Amino acid sequence: MKTNNVILQFTAKIVFFIIFFFSIHIFFAGHYTPGGGFVGGLLASSAVVLLVISFDLKTVRSILPFNFMFVTATGLILALSTAAFPMFVGKPFFTHFFDYFTLPIIGKTSLHTAALFDLGVFLVVVGVTMTIIQTIGEDE
Amino acid sequence: MIQVLTIFIPVIAAILIPLLFKTVRSIHTGWFVLIVPILLATYYATFVASIANGDTFIQQFDWIPSLNIAFVSYLDGLSLLFSLLITGIGALVVLYSIFYLDKTKEQLHNFYIYLLMFMTAMLGVVQSDNMMTLYLFWELTSISSFLLIGYWFNRDKSRFGALKSMMITVAGGLMMLGGFVLLAIMGGTYSIRELVQNAPLLVELDYFVFALVLVLLGAFTKSAQFPFYIWLPDAMEAPTPVSAYLHSATMVKAGIYLVARFTPIFAANEVWIWLVTGIGLLTLFWGSFFAVKQTDLKGILAFSTVSQLGLIMSMLGAGAIAYHVDGAENTVFKYAAFAAIFHLINHATFKGSLFMIAGIVDHETGTRDIRKLGGLMSVMPLSFTVALIGSFSMAGLPPFNGFLSKEMFLTAMLSIKEFELFEYGTYGIIFPIIAWIASVFTFVYSFYFVFKTFTGKLQAEQLPKKPHEAPIGMLISPIILAVFVITIFFIPNVIGDTFVKPAVAAIQPFLYNAPNEVDVHIAAWHGVKTELLMTIGIIVLGLVLFLTLAKWQKAYLVIPAKLSLNALYDFIMDSVLDRGMNRFSKLYMTGSIRQYLTYMLGSIAVIVIGTLFIKDAFKLTFDGGTPIQLYELTLLIVLIIGTLTTLLAKSRLTAIIGLGAVGYTVALFFVIFNAPDLALTQLVIETISVALFLLAFYHLPKLGKVEERVRFQLGRAAVSIAVGAMVTLLALSAHSQKMIPSIKTYYEETVYSLAGGGNIVNVILVDYRGFDTLFEITVLGIAGMGIYGMIKLRLSRKEKTNENE
Repeated sequence: MKTNNVILQFTAKIVFFIIFFFSIHIFFAGHYTPGGGFVGGLLASSAVVLLVISFDLKTVRSILPFNFMFVTATGLILALSTAAFPMFVGKPFFTHFFDYFTLPIIGKTSLHTAALFDLGVFLVVVGVTMTIIQTIGEDE
Repeated sequence: MIQVLTIFIPVIAAILIPLLFKTVRSIHTGWFVLIVPILLATYYATFVASIANGDTFIQQFDWIPSLNIAFVSYLDGLSLLFSLLITGIGALVVLYSIFYLDKTKEQLHNFYIYLLMFMTAMLGVVQSDNMMTLYLFWELTSISSFLLIGYWFNRDKSRFGALKSMMITVAGGLMMLGGFVLLAIMGGTYSIRELVQNAPLLVELDYFVFALVLVLLGAFTKSAQFPFYIWLPDAMEAPTPVSAYLHSATMVKAGIYLVARFTPIFAANEVWIWLVTGIGLLTLFWGSFFAVKQTDLKGILAFSTVSQLGLIMSMLGAGAIAYHVDGAENTVFKYAAFAAIFHLINHATFKGSLFMIAGIVDHETGTRDIRKLGGLMSVMPLSFTVALIGSFSMAGLPPFNGFLSKEMFLTAMLSIKEFELFEYGTYGIIFPIIAWIASVFTFVYSFYFVFKTFTGKLQAEQLPKKPHEAPIGMLISPIILAVFVITIFFIPNVIGDTFVKPAVAAIQPFLYNAPNEVDVHIAAWHGVKTELLMTIGIIVLGLVLFLTLAKWQKAYLVIPAKLSLNALYDFIMDSVLDRGMNRFSKLYMTGSIRQYLTYMLGSIAVIVIGTLFIKDAFKLTFDGGTPIQLYELTLLIVLIIGTLTTLLAKSRLTAIIGLGAVGYTVALFFVIFNAPDLALTQLVIETISVALFLLAFYHLPKLGKVEERVRFQLGRAAVSIAVGAMVTLLALSAHSQKMIPSIKTYYEETVYSLAGGGNIVNVILVDYRGFDTLFEITVLGIAGMGIYGMIKLRLSRKEKTNENE
């Protein structure tokens, strides 16, 4: 991408945030309406991909200086430890817990350990997608 | 608890080794390791008194209770003796290794981790009462010895030796597993003790002999019996402490242990006696005969170990005859089992010291080639003394412990001759004759080992290093063992009462209730009998053969190398497995993805259509189907056009757009059929994959370049059509047959109450079938790493210079 496409780049900066927040919304909405960790993760990475297309890999790397392999690993560990946690309190592997709480601002809401597991999925999807795109894109 | 735990103490201690090796560089790691066997030996020593009185100790730790698999530590005379050998000789070997292995040059952490792992494995083998855990530890000894033999892994010969020992012992171990499973099915238990109690019932069963042979195969491969001994000489590539430990005192004796342990179960069958005694004697003869041929010091010892193991094996076989006879003759065969155990102890002492001396010679002169050595007596007087004691004991000369057990061995073999069991008849005379000839050669190689190395002319110019006496630390262990060799000769009955008798009582529980019922007395002087005349004969003929060695040693060269068992092993490994199997693999592993897909899709189509056909599942009904709407039809047409565009496109860009159209159309179908989740995911996936294409677009080859005239191929067309038909049929028949109510209602009812969610798809993903998801993301992570590794590795290899700039 040698050309300096001002309009694309400016739009991308704004759209990036829109997609990214939408992906977070989709992620949290997942338990009751369409969405979830998998598609949320894909959306988040598509937001990054948009940046990659309008700028280039090097710029994006300096904006988001993550090691995406590390993101993948974090996700896997999070998912695994969520699944393994019940074993330490005498419940079978992969028992999920949930309850309803009243939180300030948000009001009555439900909290799930399943969401933590889903967050792991989210991170793995983002990590893997971005790892693949970065490695293939860099392979000049 | 503590008794079971002691088995695992070495391997638990091994966790600390890398830490100690990295942080405490100034102290040799071996000093820390030394604590473990000393502690364990002390612990086991506390059992000696009560076990000599006939007590046994058992402790259980459940592992897989539903399958009756448990870690059971069972200490009786036999397992205690072995445990003491493992930890005692282990301590001496570790002490020796501290001086043998340089703390700056060697990868000590690897070495000691393997060694401690091996110690746990060995303790597990001899203490396990549960056959499944016994097998587990058994194979662990194979693995840890593989690692130890291949310790200097950058040497070709080490790797070859390690692989060879592993191939042979693991193959035998698998056979043994089969035998164990058969025994467990027949006896209804995995416990060896319970099997022993049920032994009289087992003998009658159909597969008893089969199980017997399988278990023996395990024992024979491990204890290097003919014809499986070929791995032992190659295992000599291991560091000498390992050879002294694994290949003289412990691992190779696991087979002996197994035979001893299963004697009460199998002895009732004559096949057992035939095989154990026969193979044992053959091994004894074969090993002793070929030991004289070797030129490598450790090679001589390896063959001598082979032959000595054969000797012990044959005595165990002879001891099993005791189950078949009564009265006066009975005692003779009880004697054989006693002699076997006694010789086992003696062998551990003298062979351990000899291996250490071989290592010292190697360490201080730089070579183990006996042709270059000689005259070391004046330079290394201490080593010479120890070597002399060990060799004379091995040759069966007084006043060393080997003499006592060899006399007992001759007695046992002579009595087989006089005893007509299972129609041995007059052929029984063969047994003492073979035993006698083998003993002559044992005498010859013992002398060959010690005198060719230490006497004669010193050829200092041929040695890589200037020879000098070993440091005292390295000599401590062999000297201790040599002291044992002499002490045991003078107080044989102390050893006999405390260690041998309890072990014999454990081998022959049907004959003895308590160790003190074993009425064998070891005497150095047993009167002028046939045995003594035989010994004199051995010495005379042995001396003659040794002095004329140079003249007849060439006779070994008559046998061509092509006809050896090693050549057979190489043939099987190279020609049959390597080349033959590779050729077979290359037939179908062509590297063409198109062919692989043909195989895969073809077989799926055959299997699925075949199953549908056999199960008569082609029931198509269109009742209850929704009518096709106009927009659905439109989407279908778009889908078909998109697919055709992708296939027929002349430029890659068109193909990508065509593929995108297909994907989005499918997403629209999901929308129509009320699957917003799937639709959403499909849309995002399509977007991302198009982006991926764009990134890779620049690097893809031009379509025109790879274009080739594809001939119409009937096979491929058939596979394609079959797969298409299969998917269609599967979908249609899945819809038509509803034998069980849809699971949908269950989810609808429980999704809120059980999982507190509203979106069934998501709840299934993260909750009901969270296991699936966990593995899926793991696979995803692995795939990501794979792509990363593949591309980055290629980059770093090809464009390393560019990356650095």
